[in-house]
Amino acid sequence: MGPSGTIQGTASSFKPPKGSPVYKTVAVVGPPNAGKTTLFNRLTGLRQKVGNFPGVTVEHHTGSFRLPSGDEVALIDLPGVYSLNPKSEDEKVTIDVLNGVMPGAERPDAIILVLDSNNLNRHLVLAGRVISLGLPTLVLLNMADELHKQGGQVEVLPLARQLGTPVALVSAVTGEGLNAVANFLVATPQIPEPLELPIFGDPRHCREWAVRMGSEASYRRGATPEWTRRLDSIFLHKLWGGVIFAVVIVAVFQTIFSLGQPASDLLQRLLDNVAIHLSSALPAGLINSLVVNGIWKGAGSVLVFLPQILLLFLVIGILEDSGYLARAAVISDKVMARVGLNGKSFIPLLSAYGCAVPAIMATRTIENKRDRIATILIAPFMTCSARLPVYTMVIAAFIPNRPVLGPFVGTRAVAMLSLYVLGFAMAVATAKALKSSVLRSRDVAFVMELPPYRWPRWKSLALRLMDRANAFLYRAGTVILAVSILLWALTYLPMHNGQPPQISDSAIAKVGHFIEPAIRPLGFNWRIGVGLLSSFAAREVIIATMGTLHGVDPESHAMDLQEALKTDLTPAGAIALLVFFAFAMQCASTMAVVRRETNSWKWPLLQFIYMTAVAYVAAFIAYRITLLYWN
Amino acid sequence: MVFNFMKAAPAKPSHTLSDLALGESGILEDFDMPQTIAEHLMNLGFVPGLEILVTRSGPGGNPRVYRVDGTEVALRRDLSRCIGVRPLHPAEAGI
Repeated sequence: MGPSGTIQGTASSFKPPKGSPVYKTVAVVGPPNAGKTTLFNRLTGLRQKVGNFPGVTVEHHTGSFRLPSGDEVALIDLPGVYSLNPKSEDEKVTIDVLNGVMPGAERPDAIILVLDSNNLNRHLVLAGRVISLGLPTLVLLNMADELHKQGGQVEVLPLARQLGTPVALVSAVTGEGLNAVANFLVATPQIPEPLELPIFGDPRHCREWAVRMGSEASYRRGATPEWTRRLDSIFLHKLWGGVIFAVVIVAVFQTIFSLGQPASDLLQRLLDNVAIHLSSALPAGLINSLVVNGIWKGAGSVLVFLPQILLLFLVIGILEDSGYLARAAVISDKVMARVGLNGKSFIPLLSAYGCAVPAIMATRTIENKRDRIATILIAPFMTCSARLPVYTMVIAAFIPNRPVLGPFVGTRAVAMLSLYVLGFAMAVATAKALKSSVLRSRDVAFVMELPPYRWPRWKSLALRLMDRANAFLYRAGTVILAVSILLWALTYLPMHNGQPPQISDSAIAKVGHFIEPAIRPLGFNWRIGVGLLSSFAAREVIIATMGTLHGVDPESHAMDLQEALKTDLTPAGAIALLVFFAFAMQCASTMAVVRRETNSWKWPLLQFIYMTAVAYVAAFIAYRITLLYWN
Repeated sequence: MVFNFMKAAPAKPSHTLSDLALGESGILEDFDMPQTIAEHLMNLGFVPGLEILVTRSGPGGNPRVYRVDGTEVALRRDLSRCIGVRPLHPAEAGI
């Protein structure tokens, strides 16, 4: 093959390639919103996040791509970058990986560059930079389906000749043209020199170069989809935009409660039935108690909440992939500005209602460092899904359900909503305090790209939900299981003549009684104390703990957990417990991610002390006030 | 760096992006802002010499949405006041 042999046209003219790969490790590079992650998912099938919001791929992921020959090539998915400028965090990651200086990442020996064919004039600038690194590069012009639908066109052969790299017009969504990837990976690397690369540093020249490349390829951009304009004239409307925003947010939470609760109840019944069968199948004694009371009642009591958590992530995922979240950021910017933040903080904060860990990682799109730290510090105040089990359980046990506003809104819904509002209010107050003192900044840059609206892809949503379910089950199967077994063991010690002690004489009771003086002012007894201690690993562990503690107690063994809780708490104590959970930093995973993202122990420790102190004081106040009115 | 944006505007430009009304367009001229922000804007298509159109105004007129180089980008007023433009007459406008 001559030099032109590596230049590919649309891949439809190629037979499936045979032979071994020339490259072992290939980096997937591209700007945000070019469909890079969709392509990566398509090629590797690896579970990973994809979204319309710029910069949603904040970490690099690896996967492997199987060639028709059966050989595998490692693919590294890098953060979306507009350029290769080491000043930006995501771009530095990309540069480091491409140069082979990123710890833990293999140095790639080729690059797959994914560009949006609907935005070539902008995206080709990145092509100039990436190609000039000198690694063998395949340029994929993605979203060919949208380009054709909108009446655009591009010819790949002239572009390939100009760039000196193979170029293919593909669609990661439909799979069109993707055999170009396999072709590239087995081709003998004979790379013609690019005819001309831009002079870097001068954006105007870079863009002129990109436009020249585009016109060599007879590039014509498609029109902005008509329905994106129409939808924006509604969603970004001066008046209706705000109203729709409010409706969307209410609908998100309404969906989670109205659909999630019945699903959780169903799962609960299922788990209870299994427990009964387990208990009768196993011979009575130590093993029976360990399996049924320790493991099943402990870890199982947390599993029940999986449906609600998945539903929350599904709804946020749909909003994100459809492109609405970017509009929501624009709508909320004015309100966020009042507490000294900007609309970009809205997206991590909304995700924090699912889980603070991905939310804190999503703060990387906030350019201003102080705004970013402020957002990280307030994110755990948002009512995350791990609080839901605790809230649901305590509210159901203590608050009688009476209608408040018509038949649909009852006292329990109001209680739940108040807890959401409470967390949000504390986040706002904290943000305001931080932004007017230690994290004050003059910087007002709010720059938000609005991608076209797209139908969410069920496949990518499903992959992401699998990821979430795995994370949750992993936690239930490790941390929560371990804590359950440890607690169960502590209830069985110290043994007397081979018999377990009374629960009130057990080792766990000693631990509980030891911390009781500190928590008695909040209306908690020693059992709740043990639950609280265990919940600092993860909030929902308290449910597992209470399940285990009552599971081994002959007095409350037969009660369901809600009934049993009433022996531990007065109504005032229950309110105090809810308030404590609304504010306290009880999550080892969040602390770990804050430490990683801020690169110091200072912020996670401050955050822990601050949130826990606020929680203690607020729980005390809530207890005292409730005692006055509800005894 | 061949091109320095901080040097480009010794005096405040006579017209800024903020002066354009909804539906009006102009030619981007220069940026009076920290270089990191200017570079980010250029990555999004805010390149001097390109035409920019005010497409939408958010609640309360802030932020506003602009179309430039085929993309829609939202900016606050504070930032759009730091971007110099040459207003175009409706007859000249191309987007």
